[in-house]
Amino acid sequence: MMATSYNAKDEDGHITVSGPGGGTLRSRKPENTAFKQQRLPAWQPILTAGTVLPAFFIIGLIFIPIGIGLYVTSNNIREFEVDYTGVDVSSPCFNCSQNYSWNSSRPCTCTIPFYLEQPYEGNVYMYYGLSNFYQNHRRYVKSRDDSQLHGDMDSLLTPSKECEPYAFHDKKPIAPCGAIANSMFNDTLELFYNDPNGTKVLVPLANTGIAWFTDKYVKFKNPGGDGANLTAVFQGTSKPVNWLKPVYELDKNSSNNGFINEDFIVWMRTAALPTFRKLYRTIKDAKVIPTLPSGNYTLEVVYNYPVRSFEGRKRMILSTISWMGGKNPFLGIAYVTVGSVCFFLGVVLLVIHHKCGNRNNSADISN
Amino acid sequence: MARHGEDPGMVKAPKVKQQRKKKSKENKTRTVHANLLYDHAKGEENPNRHYANNKIKTTKYTVLSFLPKNLFEQFHRFANVYFVFIALLNFVPVVNAFQPELALAPVVFILSVTAIKDLWEDYRRHRSDKEINHMDCLVFSRAERRYVEKYWKELRVGDFIRLRCNEILPADVLLLSSSDPDRLCHIETATLDGETNLKQRQVVRSFFDLDCDFDPLKYNSVIECEKPNNDLNRFRGYIMHRSGRRDALYKENLLLRGCTIRNTEEAVGIVIYAGHETKAMLNNNGPRYKRSKLERQMNVDVFWCVIILLVMCLFTAVGHGLWMFQYGDKRPVFDVLSPEGTDLSPIMSAIYLFLTMIIVFQVLIPISLFVSIEIVKICQVFFIHQDMELYDEETDSHLQCRALNITEDLGQMQYIFSDKTGTLTENKMVFRRCTVAGVEYSHDANARRLAMYQEMDSEEEECTSHGGTLPRRDSVTSHQSARVVLRSQSTKSHRRTGSRAEAKRASILSKHTAFSSPMEKDITPDPQLLDKVNECSSQMDFMRFHSQPMSQLPSDLADIIDFFIALTICNTVVVSSPNQPRQKVRMRFELKSPVKTIEDFIKRFTPSRLTSGSNNSSSSSLITNRSSNKGCSSVLSSPSAESTLTKLDEEKHHGGLEHAFSPIPPCYDGKGWNLEEGELRYEAESPDEAALVYAARAYKCSLVGRLPDQVTVELPHLGKLSFELLHTLGFDSTRKRMSVVVRHPLTDQITVYTKGADSAIMDLIRPPDTGKRQKKIVSRTQNYLNLYAADGLRTLCIAKKIMSKEQYACWLQRHLEAETAIQGREELLFQSALRLETNLQLLGATGIEDRLQDGVPETIASLRQAGLQIWVLTGDKQETAVNIAYACKLLDPEEEILTLNADSQEACALLLEESLHYIQAKFLCSSTDQAAKNFQNNFAPFDIYPSSSPLGLVIDGRTLAYALDKSLEDKFLAIAQSCRSVLCCRSTPLQKSMVVKLVRNKLKVMTLAIGDGANDVSMIQVADVGVGISGQEGMQAVMASDFALPRFRYLQKLLLVHGHWCYSRLANMILYFFYKNAMFVALIFWYQFYCGFSGSAMIDQWYLIFFNLMFSAFPQLITGTLDKDVSAETLQQLPQLYVNGQNSEEYKPYMFWMNMIDAFYQSLICFFIPYFAYADSDVDLFTWGTPITTLALFTILVHLGIETKTWTWMNWLSISFSISLFFTVALCYNASCPTCYSPSNPYWTMQRLLQDPLFYLLCLITPVAALLPRYFYRACQGTLFPSPIQVGRQLDKLPAETRRNILSLSRVEVGSALSPKTHFLSLSTPSSTGCNKKDQRSFPGSNTSQGPVLQTDNQARRRGPADSERDLYTFVPSEIDTLPYTKDAPKLSEEPQPPSTRDSERLDKTLEASDLSLSGWITSTPLLSQTDCIHLNLPPDGDTPCVRYTRDSEEKLKSEQIIQKAQKTEQDTEQSLHVTT
Repeated sequence: MMATSYNAKDEDGHITVSGPGGGTLRSRKPENTAFKQQRLPAWQPILTAGTVLPAFFIIGLIFIPIGIGLYVTSNNIREFEVDYTGVDVSSPCFNCSQNYSWNSSRPCTCTIPFYLEQPYEGNVYMYYGLSNFYQNHRRYVKSRDDSQLHGDMDSLLTPSKECEPYAFHDKKPIAPCGAIANSMFNDTLELFYNDPNGTKVLVPLANTGIAWFTDKYVKFKNPGGDGANLTAVFQGTSKPVNWLKPVYELDKNSSNNGFINEDFIVWMRTAALPTFRKLYRTIKDAKVIPTLPSGNYTLEVVYNYPVRSFEGRKRMILSTISWMGGKNPFLGIAYVTVGSVCFFLGVVLLVIHHKCGNRNNSADISN
Repeated sequence: MARHGEDPGMVKAPKVKQQRKKKSKENKTRTVHANLLYDHAKGEENPNRHYANNKIKTTKYTVLSFLPKNLFEQFHRFANVYFVFIALLNFVPVVNAFQPELALAPVVFILSVTAIKDLWEDYRRHRSDKEINHMDCLVFSRAERRYVEKYWKELRVGDFIRLRCNEILPADVLLLSSSDPDRLCHIETATLDGETNLKQRQVVRSFFDLDCDFDPLKYNSVIECEKPNNDLNRFRGYIMHRSGRRDALYKENLLLRGCTIRNTEEAVGIVIYAGHETKAMLNNNGPRYKRSKLERQMNVDVFWCVIILLVMCLFTAVGHGLWMFQYGDKRPVFDVLSPEGTDLSPIMSAIYLFLTMIIVFQVLIPISLFVSIEIVKICQVFFIHQDMELYDEETDSHLQCRALNITEDLGQMQYIFSDKTGTLTENKMVFRRCTVAGVEYSHDANARRLAMYQEMDSEEEECTSHGGTLPRRDSVTSHQSARVVLRSQSTKSHRRTGSRAEAKRASILSKHTAFSSPMEKDITPDPQLLDKVNECSSQMDFMRFHSQPMSQLPSDLADIIDFFIALTICNTVVVSSPNQPRQKVRMRFELKSPVKTIEDFIKRFTPSRLTSGSNNSSSSSLITNRSSNKGCSSVLSSPSAESTLTKLDEEKHHGGLEHAFSPIPPCYDGKGWNLEEGELRYEAESPDEAALVYAARAYKCSLVGRLPDQVTVELPHLGKLSFELLHTLGFDSTRKRMSVVVRHPLTDQITVYTKGADSAIMDLIRPPDTGKRQKKIVSRTQNYLNLYAADGLRTLCIAKKIMSKEQYACWLQRHLEAETAIQGREELLFQSALRLETNLQLLGATGIEDRLQDGVPETIASLRQAGLQIWVLTGDKQETAVNIAYACKLLDPEEEILTLNADSQEACALLLEESLHYIQAKFLCSSTDQAAKNFQNNFAPFDIYPSSSPLGLVIDGRTLAYALDKSLEDKFLAIAQSCRSVLCCRSTPLQKSMVVKLVRNKLKVMTLAIGDGANDVSMIQVADVGVGISGQEGMQAVMASDFALPRFRYLQKLLLVHGHWCYSRLANMILYFFYKNAMFVALIFWYQFYCGFSGSAMIDQWYLIFFNLMFSAFPQLITGTLDKDVSAETLQQLPQLYVNGQNSEEYKPYMFWMNMIDAFYQSLICFFIPYFAYADSDVDLFTWGTPITTLALFTILVHLGIETKTWTWMNWLSISFSISLFFTVALCYNASCPTCYSPSNPYWTMQRLLQDPLFYLLCLITPVAALLPRYFYRACQGTLFPSPIQVGRQLDKLPAETRRNILSLSRVEVGSALSPKTHFLSLSTPSSTGCNKKDQRSFPGSNTSQGPVLQTDNQARRRGPADSERDLYTFVPSEIDTLPYTKDAPKLSEEPQPPSTRDSERLDKTLEASDLSLSGWITSTPLLSQTDCIHLNLPPDGDTPCVRYTRDSEEKLKSEQIIQKAQKTEQDTEQSLHVTT
């Protein structure tokens, strides 16, 4: 009586009422399916030294050869680098580097001689490299107008807000607008091969084929379409403040002029890290084998680009290329390191497994 | 009237609020006029116009208000505000990091998902509202002068409605008329409280005697009643007639909305509360919201994430300031000026940057975490719902999760508080044995029958449901059993299609009455008692025939017949016939209303009544009388004197009546009447009542009809007798008894039959000076009561009292005053009942068995193995509770039991002190463990491992009340903690909740309360997790609970399996979430060192924003939903694995930090491998960033793979889906638009990357390098220090056969691995065999002595030599010393304590009586006999408060040996471990 009879009669009335109860006569018995009963067939790996061992060894065995291969590949790549910033007084470009201005009318030229010990075969790529240049700065990265670069006439005349404060100059729209374009690299590099017989041969440098194909033909377009008179199209726009020449005078070749100038396109692809290189020219003259024979070379620089204000450096890089890109031993080393660490850990696990693995491996009990 | 300021705070509808404002000054009652009078003036003049109409609107929104209101509600969640703030921050040009529109996307996504969910729910509510609003009902229309069909929503307060059978009530209606001849209306309240029995409602008294059809046009009364409130069990008010007469209104007059009319063809009522003001609607609370422990823990870590975020932002901001500063005035070209061309100072820049970084790093605070957790929890709930093993075929119910957001709490429980009745037991009350007039009838055949049922239950065969093969009755009643079988077959035959379970379910479905399984119904009578009943009734018959006064009957026989009459009528059981379900059996002999007025009384009991003896109207004529009276009489007609005065003539005109009343000749055949009577069904409010009625029926003393004023009983030989029911004093928990006042048809005496708890009745028995016989009966009955209790039976005492007319008149006078009182009516009625129930004459006692549910002992054992502390809180008496506790293995025969019984605060304090000392002594003796020392110094730390202690604590409600006092609660807890099990008896619902609250708050543990009845509701609500048993006792516990189980034993799987899974899944998922976001954000953080701390991100903003939302979202959801660390079987077989959740081992604070460190390490790898791989190359920002994103995605997914324990095809699918989704989206996105998505403008980036071998090389090495440490650590951990979980997983892999073998072996192994302190107290005191024998022999005496001592503690205890030998720590209080405490005894015990002499005498008697057939008892209760009971009572002497610890030297030696033995076994087990592993 006692406990059971504390029913509705004497309780204090806190009764909640459920919604209309489904008076279905159908049995509410749950379905007996593997999913609903959480009995799906499953693989249940248990991580113990014994089970994990093979994985470590396999990883080690795979990674070390890959790493060695990568390292060898990377080492086979020829690369030459020359710094022509002119920080040193002894440097030929010291004088040029002293008067830094973006668009000085009187170009300063300096000549840097260098010696290539080994011949460069196949395609050789010429890069310019900048250091300490934060092309990845948040506001810098944003400071462009992609639709203007796509050849949109409206955007040409009214650049996007993102370009501010490099959108208008003297109330004329800047083409191309934005900080990226404004700070475009404008040194001119020329390479001469000093023939052992004393003649100075200009190495032919191709200034096309250096940008992404999609950039050149999809992303970047001159306003007015192909074959339009660029001078007329860019009428009423202003060149970027730091530029010497307007955008339609970047190259004489009409397929490489204006917004589709490949130097410009390459520059507009902002670098990920503050020390970067950008493809400047390619040397594809198959007539000479090797492309760049070993010997003395002279680099002639028209020095315009000021980097000393922010402690930057400018470099010229000559490099061949392999299937995995430029010279970079890191990945090979990394693979070898990770592979050997795995191998080592595998050994450690083996020891652990031998010493105490048996104790808790219940699987052994059954045997 | 009824000016009890009821707080209508629950009122929800806005309309009601307005109205309340308007009316709050006026009054606190509601006045209802009939609408008909004001029909012409619909508007202003209608006094009911302020009341809510019956249109319900449970929707939250309208079309217009949806957006603002929903947004407003969503912004109550802090996280949403935060994310919106960040998104808005993006619109500020100086600080913006992303495209503002894009930054809004995740927030909008999250908000809209929630909004759509809300909208859908609201739409469903709207639809159901509409459906409900458009239901039809009959409303009286003034214009048409008849009832017309109207929609529910058109119903207004004051309308008259006509209700037909099986209609659902549209509003709260005052019953004015009923087609039922008794002016009753039966309703079924299952939708309100889940109780399946019918409730009777009465027509308002003023209309009671109205014999013609109720005419609304003539109605001109005014009703004044309470304001709407949510108390379903209260309604007070009065109705004022034009004549100025007032009549009280009770809850019996009110029909509640949502109930269904049954058994009544037609009823008419006036709407009192409508729509949202109905009691049902006011009770309609929304779902409960609880925050789980894991979520609380998680929130701390979210807070830490915020700190980390701020630190990172600050660091970046300072870095940026310094970076700017180093350039001085010479601004480099790449440091772009602000759009206005103005120069920013480094400091300003830094400040702006800080805000920018908050935007960039926002991912660290996982916006999707909250959503993901919700989703995972819903899935978990789904799986719990779907579990077949939690489905009960018998009731066709499965587990319900009512709270959706605390599933993982189930895996972290530490304390379980359980109700006993209905939770541990089945709450199927089965009559087992009884004692009448001091003679015990053991009902052995009945016990055998019950044993048969038990066997049947275990056999899962269909044939068992056929009774034909069942020889369950002995030969005496074999023919009867055959008939029973036939009956059961007939009800089942048409449904018997498939399995037994189906048949079982069908029988449930066809079941209309509660508490009527064949087990409860078919009781085999005791032959001895049956003979006596027969003899008695035949004698009575003879005497009636010869007009001899009934008093000549031998008193023991009279007692027997009285006993059965009491069993039959002293209840509120309603009789119905199964042929017409819910159709009340009408066996009306006369019409009479209960005595309601003094005039009525005088009229009925004046001597003229005796003179009217010549009236020999038969029952049939009365019925015709009644029907002829059906003409229109006056509204307030008094009951016809003719009909009221008939009954007492019965005995005088028995010859004629005999045939009228009993259609069959009275003979001991049983066949004839049984055919008819057997068809009757009894609907009882509590199972005990039904059990007793069925028991009486087995003795041919059956209840055949019940009307408000009369009970008809059929007796052997005597036929049908109608008892005039004068009063029913219902059961309540304070009185613990109920009484009926009847006029006995044979003796014409006013007799009070009382039935109630033995404690309540025994004190009311007439003082024993009245006669030796009575004294003997009392003492013997008490003796048997104790034995019953010892056997785990629920005991009830039956008593009667014969009142003289004067006494009755005197009592009636005051009772009527009480009934009509306006103020404190309940209290007065209570007092009135107390006045009546005095000086009773004890008839006998019954023992009802409340059978344990299936699997309870196993469940308790396994839950305990799982490290759960189980407390049982019950309202039952101590002996019963203790015995049930033994039966369900809650108490172990091995363990010592501390019994705390105190009568006063001081006594309780002393007792607690003693117990503490005792425990300390015990601990000091047994162990020098640090924990014990801690305990000695201070019991606050609670370092003791309770499971290790072989102590059990039993405390009764009164002592508990003292122990829960502020000053004592610490001590109480300390004691309770050192006990393995705690049993609180006789506790009130409030105490239950207080205990739970105390443990929860003081010990800071997770508590689970499980119960089935209304008395458990408060406990269920207080606990962290409330579990309701959807059993027989209505739905209140279920309604209040978070989870509802059909059976107690399902708790095992719910906690051990689902709880564990939910917890470990969710914990792992949350940790993974933190890791994932930190890892991803840290990538950007490292990048800040290489972009001048400018807030630049190499990861495309699209990837950044959708990374969490799309690319990495699915696998973790799948893992969070489906991952199983250990299989369900192993979890159940090794309950020790549950400790994992209890100790929060999956998610500890340090784990958060470990994960953070790992995240930072991994992000370093993921950042710097691409960094060096691409160093000084011509790679551009996003061509470099995209591989990093990809790597991060791979790393994150592989990380998840390491953490995933179970790989199903779902996992594989989700991971491959994630990867392919990423690449698909990336490729599409990168190909879609050459000029869009500034600034990244990722046109063709991914396409180009896919052609680059370097990309693949990176993808290979980076995840390996990043996850190497974790993988290595996991492998080492798996080998060197495997967690119990891992051991369990290894077990899983074994073939089933081997696993079973190992489990039996390694049960110890895993246990010791889990809690090395398990053996920390292995001092058990198994007594030697010789001692055992002695115990057994001394058991009857000692056991029976236990009863009174436990109950009334300030009485002396006499202990035999055997006792003192057995109980070493017994404190024998002397009578004098206990006296001071009795003074402080609270008023709970109002009755004067019987002198101790009586008690001692009783003891002697019991010792004398021990030679009765007690050997059977001993064998049936073997558990008790082995127990070491420690009774801590009051201190022995006032001047020597110290306790005598008389520790036997032998005992000490023994214990030492045991310790050694235990150590040895420990070593053995360890050795065996080595052997096994």
